[in-house]
Amino acid sequence: MRSVVSCRNISKRFANGTVALDGANLDVRENEFLSLLGPSGCGKSTLLRLIAGLAEPSAGTITWDQAKEGGRAGLSFVFQEPTLMPWTTALANVALPLKLAHVARSESESRAAAVLASVGLAGFEKAYPRELSGGMKMRVSIARALVTAPKVLLMDEPFAALDEITRFKLNNDLLELWQRDRFTAVFVTHSVFESVFLSQRIAVMTARPGRVQTELAVTAPYPRDAHYRTSPLYNEHCRTVSAALEGAMALA
Amino acid sequence: MLLLVGWEAMVRAFGIAPYLLPGPVAIARTLVTDWQTLAESWWITMSIALAALAAAVVVGVGLAVLFSASKWVERSFYPYAVILQVTPIVAIAPLIIVWVNDTRLSLLICAWIVAFFPILSNTTLGLNSADRNLVDLFKLYRASGWQRLVHLKLPAAMPYFLAGLKISGGLSLIGAVVAEFVAGTGGEASGLAYRILESGYQLKIPRMFAALALISLSGIVLFLALSLLSHLCLRRWHESEVREED
Repeated sequence: MRSVVSCRNISKRFANGTVALDGANLDVRENEFLSLLGPSGCGKSTLLRLIAGLAEPSAGTITWDQAKEGGRAGLSFVFQEPTLMPWTTALANVALPLKLAHVARSESESRAAAVLASVGLAGFEKAYPRELSGGMKMRVSIARALVTAPKVLLMDEPFAALDEITRFKLNNDLLELWQRDRFTAVFVTHSVFESVFLSQRIAVMTARPGRVQTELAVTAPYPRDAHYRTSPLYNEHCRTVSAALEGAMALA
Repeated sequence: MLLLVGWEAMVRAFGIAPYLLPGPVAIARTLVTDWQTLAESWWITMSIALAALAAAVVVGVGLAVLFSASKWVERSFYPYAVILQVTPIVAIAPLIIVWVNDTRLSLLICAWIVAFFPILSNTTLGLNSADRNLVDLFKLYRASGWQRLVHLKLPAAMPYFLAGLKISGGLSLIGAVVAEFVAGTGGEASGLAYRILESGYQLKIPRMFAALALISLSGIVLFLALSLLSHLCLRRWHESEVREED
């Protein structure tokens, strides 16, 4: 399978001297669901921001498969926080990327409404962010990322601040959207369980210096649902991944 | 209300002469009898204050946008704004009145100097306080500088601007009155401050109080109007407007 984006020997040193990444290598394959798993402060969010082009690496190269994906143009990003504009409605928040791309208002609003409905928020078009619950805000945030029909969706611990029940529900819905739209997903998390539930492949990272220690495949078939969460296969994967994570942390 | 009744009772009980302290009833009576002159003066003062406020909004927001667009511009010009702010208006008002031939225009400039700084400083802060992740999001979608200003920075600055506007509203009125005091009775534009000076010279103390009451009332109404405007702009989304029952 070909790579959508390749990171080679990526290092990132911040102005204050902190070394977030040192010689990290990562390939993101087309249409896969990849998780970046690691302890807090291992630079996984930094790596995601570098891939998104929100920051420049201090050393190393990030190469996009231009021909295949149109480079960074087909990219969307979901932040840790919902990051909505509080002064406007859910619909206008979702329509923002289209508005910035000068899509006509009527078209952008109908597309935004359709995506809002697909994340289960039909009827909340006119609601303001502060009238929505934490989970609903995150759904709006995901809808905004999906409205441009991205080729690559980068997610930076999007569900970390949510309660477990809401997180499970959003995990299920995210997988459904992924199977329907078949974008390439890169998902940053510090939860072993979440990464095993969602992904086909898990890149386990070490802390200080941050680099990708091992890559593990999760072979369980899709669709994955509540049964998968309690299956022996899921348990086995969790055990393997936990062991890999502990090994990576022991190196630090 | 209790205060007014107490005041009236005091004035009557102790037989205080109206040229020392007139009671509210006497003041109200003067308001009615001298309404013609007072209303004319009131309008002159208010029109100067409102024009100064409008100019403060235009220049304050305009400069703030320029400042947020370029750190270089901000570093070069912000000190001058601070100098204007810290210089006592009574000290420079005579100069301005001498420099500018037109009395009304010079009063307007004085009121503007007093009123514009809160708007400038608040709006500058607001424009720079947009959510960092939202700024990144706009970068990700390749927003132009104009789009970032209109769709992100200006809405984010709105609550700050409105807070500044509330302060500037009262200041513009104070600026207009103070400048007129400095201009003295020589001016042809005879606003409420002129009436106060004039009444003082003529020992028409109730009229002086009536003019003072008009100024205070106008200030209160201006503040309430700006608070209402702020409420209407922010009620759907800003934390300051969130009520308990929501």
